[in-house]
Amino acid sequence: MKQTLLSLSELTKQFDSKTVLDSLSLDILDGEFITLLGPSGCGKTTLLRLMAGFEHPDGGTITLSGQDLTHTPPEHRPLNTVFQNYALFPHMSVFDNVAYGLKMEKCPKEEIRERVQEALAMVQLQDFARRKPHQLSGGQQQRVAIARAVVKRPRMLLLDEPLSALDYKLRRTMQVELKRLQRELGITFVFVTHDQEEALSMSDRVAVLKDGEIQQLGTPREVYERPANLFTARFVGETNLFPGLVEKTNGDDTVTVDVFGLKRTFAKPDFPLRDGQSLHVLLRPEDIRVLSPEASDGVSGKVVERNYKGSTLDSVIHLDDGTEVLASEFFDEDDPAFDYRLGEPVRVSWVDGWEWLLPEEEINPVGEESSVDA
Amino acid sequence: MRSAMRQPFKTAVLVLVWGWLLFLVLTPNLLVVGASVLTRDPGTFISLPLTLDAYRQLLNPLYLDVFLHSLYMAAMTTLVCLLIGYPFAWALSKVPRQRQVLLIFLLIVPFWTNSLVRTYALKLMLATNGLLNNALLSLGLIDQPLQLLYTEGAVIIGLVYLLLPFMILPLYSVFDDLREDLLRASHDLGAGHLATFVHVIVPLTLPGVLAGVMLVLLPAMGLFFVPDILGGSRNLLVGNVIKNQFLDARNWPFGAAASIVLTLTMAFLMFAHRLSKRRIGEEGA
Amino acid sequence: MTRWLPRTYLTLVYLLLYAPIAVLVVFSFNDSRTGYEWGGLSWRWYESLFNNRAMVEAMWNSLWLALSAATVSTLIGALTALALHRYRFRGKKALNGMLFVVMMSPEIVLAISLLALFLLVGLQLGYVSLLLAHVTFCLPFVVITVMARLSGFDERLPEAARDLGASDFTMTRTVLIPVIMPALLAGWLLGFTLSLDDVVVSTFVSGPSYEILPLRIYSMVRVGLKPEVNALGTLLLMFSMVMLIMSQWILTRSKQ
Repeated sequence: MKQTLLSLSELTKQFDSKTVLDSLSLDILDGEFITLLGPSGCGKTTLLRLMAGFEHPDGGTITLSGQDLTHTPPEHRPLNTVFQNYALFPHMSVFDNVAYGLKMEKCPKEEIRERVQEALAMVQLQDFARRKPHQLSGGQQQRVAIARAVVKRPRMLLLDEPLSALDYKLRRTMQVELKRLQRELGITFVFVTHDQEEALSMSDRVAVLKDGEIQQLGTPREVYERPANLFTARFVGETNLFPGLVEKTNGDDTVTVDVFGLKRTFAKPDFPLRDGQSLHVLLRPEDIRVLSPEASDGVSGKVVERNYKGSTLDSVIHLDDGTEVLASEFFDEDDPAFDYRLGEPVRVSWVDGWEWLLPEEEINPVGEESSVDA
Repeated sequence: MRSAMRQPFKTAVLVLVWGWLLFLVLTPNLLVVGASVLTRDPGTFISLPLTLDAYRQLLNPLYLDVFLHSLYMAAMTTLVCLLIGYPFAWALSKVPRQRQVLLIFLLIVPFWTNSLVRTYALKLMLATNGLLNNALLSLGLIDQPLQLLYTEGAVIIGLVYLLLPFMILPLYSVFDDLREDLLRASHDLGAGHLATFVHVIVPLTLPGVLAGVMLVLLPAMGLFFVPDILGGSRNLLVGNVIKNQFLDARNWPFGAAASIVLTLTMAFLMFAHRLSKRRIGEEGA
Repeated sequence: MTRWLPRTYLTLVYLLLYAPIAVLVVFSFNDSRTGYEWGGLSWRWYESLFNNRAMVEAMWNSLWLALSAATVSTLIGALTALALHRYRFRGKKALNGMLFVVMMSPEIVLAISLLALFLLVGLQLGYVSLLLAHVTFCLPFVVITVMARLSGFDERLPEAARDLGASDFTMTRTVLIPVIMPALLAGWLLGFTLSLDDVVVSTFVSGPSYEILPLRIYSMVRVGLKPEVNALGTLLLMFSMVMLIMSQWILTRSKQ
């Protein structure tokens, strides 16, 4: 059972009368890799800045192992940040950049040399010690920024969208690298990103944020398979939302729901149900089964788009009533009936038990978030 | 592909520009270099034989004295401009963007009054029965009027007044470029305000400082009208010497030699500036 | 750092900067001759100024010189900037270098070099020598101003024009010039200001046939205090401000 390392309690922050964080509370555990995930303007960067000490909260406290850090300046906090644009000192060599923090601690020269070499070796940049930042590639600069932060052996490392400036392949490599580094060092990582794929692949826990509030806090699996609300469901990964009508609750913890005219039996959800209540039925594209038009099961529709993605075949199907369905199936070369063409009529179904139910909410377009960079 | 029309226009422009620069920049400067190694002639200003007499004259204690004194005053001017201008540029870079434009504009406006006239205004203020003394007397802060004019201080004040914007503008430029996240990174790594200033801000603003020094130090040695109006005959600048030699004493070689020394100082400063930029990774001037 | 400190400091410096100018303007209306006591409002110094024929002539001369120097330097400067920006040619670096030298040289170095040239060539010192000198030191500033504008400029516009059949010259005339117009105006103003304000270079290369203001003022202020100078200074300031406001007005109109 992990201990709580950093405790954020009722944090509130306003910028120019706009409330960016509203009484947000979060406990960060020692040794975990936790990601703050959310669209731009949700407050994740502000939260990180509050932890680092670059901003002061208007209300609430920040406690590290019982010590109140709320108003402590950044230079006195045992936390270090890896900045989005690396923030390497252009007038110093790689070595001096990494050594800077140790110099500020007044470490003896020998110790500095040892520790800097160690840190550079950890990010595989031992031979680059004499270079200047402008002589390095983006990925290399990234690694220097990481080395500079970890060399101080902080209690916690804060990473502000560190991979956003890298190209796809490099990003994937760095994700693996960071995860490995975190395990090796055992330091708590607080990672900020808007890329849900990144969040899911790297984290022990994910905190999904929207408008300064935590929508859900859980493991990647929990957040993906059992989202707490509509926002989380749609932000983390693609999803289909089918309208459902409760027919009746059954005695064996199941419930019969009418979806597009089909009578399906689902497991009873956590929220209370009445007969005749509307709800959302959540199905991820990979949960959808596309069947031939002669099949007895499912709802009829037409293939509108078809994208061969190598390992999967992703399609957009319009049902007869106009509902758009996203499907993603593993491409099976042996199945001749599998590959369908544009405009072809098909039937759409799914496996009962793979769905997730949510109470009815008003559906806002996912992209409508505030444009303030928080 | 070169169309027939392209060449004439381009050629015409290049001829014009090159011509102007060769005739009015390169040649005159070569003439000065040449004049500095020729002999003084009352009739034609310069004549053969070639000699280094002019440079030797520079080492004459009388002139050396003036030169060093002028250098001292110019250095003081530069220092004062730096002390006033550095915090000014820093403060200016923190003001919201729109206001910045207005403030820079206000900085330049005084330049639309002729420098002579402005120096004269300073004279009005600093004179024995001038405004400053009258104000201080009436406030009871002093009993006797202060002798402000015809002092070294007056010359320095005059030079600072005229040259301050030249120090502020390049400094403002480097402060504007200073990335805030670098300062945050410095704090994050454990540096307080003083350490951040010494290790991050100073090195990164150094090119601006050097540019400002360049733009102030040299003119501060050449603006001869300031000592003429404010400083009296005991506080001369190198510029005064050059002017006297050229226009009054008709000693061209000597005036040219003094001018060459000034130019070399400028070249040296430019070189130092280039080095400081290279150090922080900005190639090219 | 407390919030009020930077603001107070800025204000203080600005006050110091403007104090002498304020003094100038205020005392230009001072009725008293001695110049230190306030003798009541009066236009007499302005009257005296305009009654002084030599003074008025010097004023016109300076204005005309500034106007012509600004115009010629803007012309040549714009062409230079265009050439540097668009064309490849040998010696580009040398050209840049020479412009840089002119800009950075202490004025006095520039002044004597030009004087040497003019005397060698046998040019009579007067309007022409002044014009050549002023254009020379204004040139780099115009070039820089125009180049700054050109560097932020969409390269594909001239290509589009060429593609549609315009010759190099026509394209320059119809596409580039309108784009750089604000920079041309700014450069012109800069040149005008530099020329009007110049003392050092003018001292060396002017002659008795074309008297300009700086030298007139110079002879006046060395001897003692002449209140007419206050009036003159105020006039120059007002004039420059009017020009600036006019140019801003033109610029904002042209943006519509």
